[in-house]
Amino acid sequence: MTRVTQQTARIVFFLSAAVSAMAAALVFGFLLVFGFPLIGGGEFFSLLARPWSPGQGLYGFLPMITGTAAISFLSIVFALPLSLGTVCFMGGLGPARISRLVDGFVRFMTGIPTVIYGFLGIFLLVPVVRTLFTSAGSGMCILSASLMLSLLVSPTMIIFFKDGFDSVDVRYIQAADALGADSVQRLIYVILPEAWPGIVTGIIMGLGRAMGDTLIALMIAGNAVHVPGSILDSARTLTSHIALVSASDYDSLAFKSIFACGLTLYVLNAFAVIAVRRLGRKRGPVR
Amino acid sequence: MALKRSILIVVLMAACPFFLISAQAGAMDPFSGLSGEIRISGGTAHIPVMKEAAKQIMRANPEISISIAGGGSGVGIKQVGEGIVDIGNSGRAATDAEVEKYGLKLFKWAIDGVGVAVNPDNPVTALTKAQLKDIYSGKITDWKNLGGKDAPITVYTRDESSGTRSVFWKKALGKGDIVSSANFVVSNGAMKTAIANDPNAIGYVSVGHMDASVAGVALDGVSPTIDTVKSGEYTVARGLYSNTKGDPSGLTQLFIAYLLSPEGQRIVVQKGFVPVN
Repeated sequence: MTRVTQQTARIVFFLSAAVSAMAAALVFGFLLVFGFPLIGGGEFFSLLARPWSPGQGLYGFLPMITGTAAISFLSIVFALPLSLGTVCFMGGLGPARISRLVDGFVRFMTGIPTVIYGFLGIFLLVPVVRTLFTSAGSGMCILSASLMLSLLVSPTMIIFFKDGFDSVDVRYIQAADALGADSVQRLIYVILPEAWPGIVTGIIMGLGRAMGDTLIALMIAGNAVHVPGSILDSARTLTSHIALVSASDYDSLAFKSIFACGLTLYVLNAFAVIAVRRLGRKRGPVR
Repeated sequence: MALKRSILIVVLMAACPFFLISAQAGAMDPFSGLSGEIRISGGTAHIPVMKEAAKQIMRANPEISISIAGGGSGVGIKQVGEGIVDIGNSGRAATDAEVEKYGLKLFKWAIDGVGVAVNPDNPVTALTKAQLKDIYSGKITDWKNLGGKDAPITVYTRDESSGTRSVFWKKALGKGDIVSSANFVVSNGAMKTAIANDPNAIGYVSVGHMDASVAGVALDGVSPTIDTVKSGEYTVARGLYSNTKGDPSGLTQLFIAYLLSPEGQRIVVQKGFVPVN
């Protein structure tokens, strides 16, 4: 009887794993097939390098690629110190009771829909950015979007960082204590290096979320279709581009190019994950 | 005393729906005894009228539920064509290709202008079409050149699927270029919010959506108001359409009949559009 149950469980779990793996592969295949009219014949690479101007028959994603890269990278730059600081606070630097409160709050924050951040961004952050930097024009710019986005990705990063911190072998910490290390030394010399894999995973998850988010950039980055020249320029991400163009006519080339756009996002995301893993491996402790 | 007043208020509030229903009983007759759902999406200029009509109908008959989504004219036409919604709104007539492909029926229930708008604090209140073209193509980049303050112009536009954009582009810009640094917003409401919050903004909204939060700009000497749209003096105008796939039936047909009825047309006027009947 138990053998049957185990066997069933194994099959069920295998099927779930297979389905999720297949889904990812299918999405990729779907994008390839539908994007083929534009990808075939070596057109794909010129798409990557061209501007977007449907009126002149140009369907390039260069502005959107730079927009996505700038906004997501900058949001991680803002979120990393914030998240690391919070985790260090929770992981021994701060009083236990407040740490638990912060922990609960962070978990609560992961559930806030991104449209709320976008909305807050329009009414609170954008006017501030506009007043602080006169050259920001409307205030809808890369800086505004990435600041707001850093709030969105921080909770994700904090949770993964904290898992990394929690997985540090208690004996190492005790050894450090026995050697007379204070809490800061313990953090810098023992916990941070040991928790490194968790930190790398957190950055990857945060980056993935930042690149994949649509609404914040759509609402407060301005969506201009040019290659941004500064962080105070209006910019469009690949995701907002898909959202904006998918409303247009089905048969138009603009609509067909969306699939190639999705493919670009897929590839860009994969590259980002590989890059972070590579970087993380080099600096990580030898195990 | 306070108690008496609060009792009076309660009684008035309780009586209120009765007055409204009795006043509108005639228009609501066809809906009585029916139940079901009407799904509407598309043009964002239409939304105020759709909401009010839906409110009236759902108040008279709570068994009917009406959902209203935006998305833009392109979305409306596409979704109704694919049977995702019952009514797809568009702020432009569906193209021949779209009508043929989906078998659409078009119902025009209002005329709406598309007005150029700036922040109320902006001293510039009139532009020529040539100036407007130069602003949108990026030739004029500073309000100083137009008699305004010394500040860069932030240009706002809508995405390609917007009916408001297509009318503005054809009739105000003469199909001219729109500079690539222009900011994109996704609805008439979002456009209004953006202009109201940005002292250096220029954009365009449905005349029905104009209110004190933005300032309409006269184009070649004609202000975008409901009167100038009605008289035909203001030429950047279009019809507001509700489209169905094939001939409408059931609740959908009743809803469209209501929009074209005197009550429906009264809502159209009340929301700042020009009625068709």
